[in-house]
Amino acid sequence: MQFPTSCSPFTPSNNSVQRIMFHVIAALLPAIAVQFWFFGFSILMQICLAIGTALLTEALCLTARKRDIVSALSDGSALLTALLIAIAIPSIAPWWVVITGTLFAILIAKHIYGGLGYNPFNPAMAAYVFLLISFPLQMTQWQSPFAFLDFSNAFQLIFSEQIAFDGTTSATVLDLTKTQLHLGQNLANIQQQALFGFIADKNRELINLAYLLGGLFLLHKKIIHWAIPTAVILGLLIPASIAYSIDNSLYSSPTFHLMAGATLCCAFFIATDPVTASSSKKGRLIYGLLIGSLIYCIRTWGGYPDAAAFAVLLANLSAPSIDYYLKGK
Amino acid sequence: MFDFLWRKKTASFTGGIILDGHKHVSKIITPPIAKELVYPLFLASNRYAKSCVKIGDYVKKGQVIATPDSPLSTPIHAASSGTITAIEKRLIAHPSGLAENCIILQTDGLETVLEAEPCLDYQQQNREFLREKIHLAGIVGLGGAAFPTAKKLNNSQPIHTLIINAAECEPYISCDESLAIRSAKNIIQGTLIIQHILQTARCIIAIEDSKPEAYAALLSAIKTTDIQIQKVPSIYPAGGEKQLIQAITGQKIPAQKLIFESGFICQNIATSFAIYQAIILGMPLTERVITVTGAGIKQAQNLQAKIGTPIKDLVQACQGYTNHAEQLIMGGPMMGIALASDDIAIIKTSNCLLIEPLKQADTQPCIRCGDCAEVCPSELLPQQLYWYSRSQEWDNCTDYQLADCIECGCCDVVCPSKIPLVQAFRIAKAEITQKHRQTEQAALAKERFENQQHRKLRIAQEKAQQLAKRKAAIEKMKAAAAQRKLN
Ligand code: SF4
Ligand code: SF4
Repeated sequence: MQFPTSCSPFTPSNNSVQRIMFHVIAALLPAIAVQFWFFGFSILMQICLAIGTALLTEALCLTARKRDIVSALSDGSALLTALLIAIAIPSIAPWWVVITGTLFAILIAKHIYGGLGYNPFNPAMAAYVFLLISFPLQMTQWQSPFAFLDFSNAFQLIFSEQIAFDGTTSATVLDLTKTQLHLGQNLANIQQQALFGFIADKNRELINLAYLLGGLFLLHKKIIHWAIPTAVILGLLIPASIAYSIDNSLYSSPTFHLMAGATLCCAFFIATDPVTASSSKKGRLIYGLLIGSLIYCIRTWGGYPDAAAFAVLLANLSAPSIDYYLKGK
Repeated sequence: MFDFLWRKKTASFTGGIILDGHKHVSKIITPPIAKELVYPLFLASNRYAKSCVKIGDYVKKGQVIATPDSPLSTPIHAASSGTITAIEKRLIAHPSGLAENCIILQTDGLETVLEAEPCLDYQQQNREFLREKIHLAGIVGLGGAAFPTAKKLNNSQPIHTLIINAAECEPYISCDESLAIRSAKNIIQGTLIIQHILQTARCIIAIEDSKPEAYAALLSAIKTTDIQIQKVPSIYPAGGEKQLIQAITGQKIPAQKLIFESGFICQNIATSFAIYQAIILGMPLTERVITVTGAGIKQAQNLQAKIGTPIKDLVQACQGYTNHAEQLIMGGPMMGIALASDDIAIIKTSNCLLIEPLKQADTQPCIRCGDCAEVCPSELLPQQLYWYSRSQEWDNCTDYQLADCIECGCCDVVCPSKIPLVQAFRIAKAEITQKHRQTEQAALAKERFENQQHRKLRIAQEKAQQLAKRKAAIEKMKAAAAQRKLN
């Protein structure tokens, strides 16, 4: 009998890009569920819009680049990018915001650079920054916690861009803290306001806990490496603790920083994107610390209330140099 | 399908992965004698034996049919009695599908044996004598390297630790395990002979912790000796020499260093058994235990096979193929070689025949996950190496220590993008060797050319000098003649 010959190893690997991506997507589900509980159907609409746009754009790009559509689409990377964009932007942003963002992520941030594996910037974060700069108004109108929107209300808000109903929009605590501190308010007074829950926003606290849950699941499944999330959190907590211990009427507490904004989502889901992160062990620690401390700096002294996206892009930019200088291990 | 948990729990050696064992340890079955036995004269990379029989010769079991051709060759013995019918080119067990000259032996089924010369008092014999006996028995490392054992036991430096490798870390293979269960006592006798030859103080048998029966058998066999036995975790590649040493002694041998430079030597457990047979029984190496397994075979089992038996006869002895028989691998699934035909005969180092369905691999771009670097037992950066191999940047390959790659395949197996890393490394290694050879040859040619030029120049100079001398002489003569005329 004759046989074909190939090269060892002959052990089929049951690891795949698809497996990684779908684990990450599964790990996002708790956070999505919590957001649904707080925001209602608006978040689901954003997700559907993003996914639809992402898959369509991906398919078009692949056709244009003469690649195999099925195998690349089924790897789940476009799906994940879409999900991350949908849950990062305000849930009541108009439909064209999420569509433009997703289009930008897949077309410009991913395929122009050569597709999965070659993109220097995390596509979701590149899109987020692009949207924030292009549509600052729509990107800073957040849905208030507990303003659950039923299907028709959500539809009206997102598609016919009605002026928001009373009580549906509010600032985030990061926003609030920033502006009020500027006005000379004391931090202790600011935190008395209704927007605050135990530590940060009433809703963000729980959403961030859900991200933490998903992140722990990914760590447990060895989908992500512990170094990056740990370093991001440390990079944020260390300067926050120092500043807080110097003057706690001016600087928010480290736990506040942890639970506010997109901190934990960034630490577990964004910074850990292997394509755009550092790949050596030491490199990952440095990369994570960089993101954490950049988040803190931009939040405290920068022009934007939340900073995860900027921090990630800046760190993406430095990842190749980090790897290069650590080459000798 | 395999399921693996590729990050290991214990820190026994660097890198490595946990693989599903798939080992079905069976009793060792003796298959019927094949009609035809095939002996390639090619032994291993540029080592050959030369035939010492003619077509039509009758040979007995154990008779030498080919003698060594170079210092690193070993003799070949007939595994059964019969007639030499041909010496011709056949496909051999080689990754690149080589056809080489082979001695073909038509068996007569009588198993007429050449008289054996046992040596029971090996302790009284000197090392030289025992080594020669091992050499004449045609023993090579049966773990896969095919290096002549007599040469390996000829240590120039003192060896403090002898390690008998019974780890057998590759999935599917269980020939060493079943051999240990069947012949533990004889293995220990063989081990004592090695220890006597090497004069090592310490001898450790290393076995994976997933083989309790073999462990128990060996444990009871070492009772009256000072040989130790130690379990190593079932992490692939625990059976790699450096990995094994690190797992049992904690000592890490640096990449560029050979293990015997640090005072270690490793011998496979099956080699120990072969040495027992060679010395105590006076029998040359003509048979070995081989695992025939995989989804493509009806009855997976371990066979006591005659070296030189064509694969198809062994498959027959295992009830034939199933309809999953799509590829034929000699060796394990991680480091074995795929063979093109089952007409190929097994050789001394064939420890396993694995018949499996084909795997489908859809390669995607590298996502830089770093998993490959994490599992690499040689602490390399496979992802970088792949990049440089593909872009043919050989200097960078060398910089990133491609030479230290043991081709274990761990990186390949964990890669989510299913990139054929090992294949790229093999190609790169071959290219680099080729280039080395070329530069050496070029340097040689250049030297030769320069010498030639030198010589030419010297001859020309000499000629010119002679010419000048002659001219001067003529001038002198002319001057003298003119003088004479004047006078
Ligand atoms: S095949 Fe080479 S590079 Fe890959 S894990 Fe093994 S030693 Fe490392
Ligand atoms: S395992 Fe594969 S995808 Fe991951 S870094 Fe290595 S080569 Fe790239």
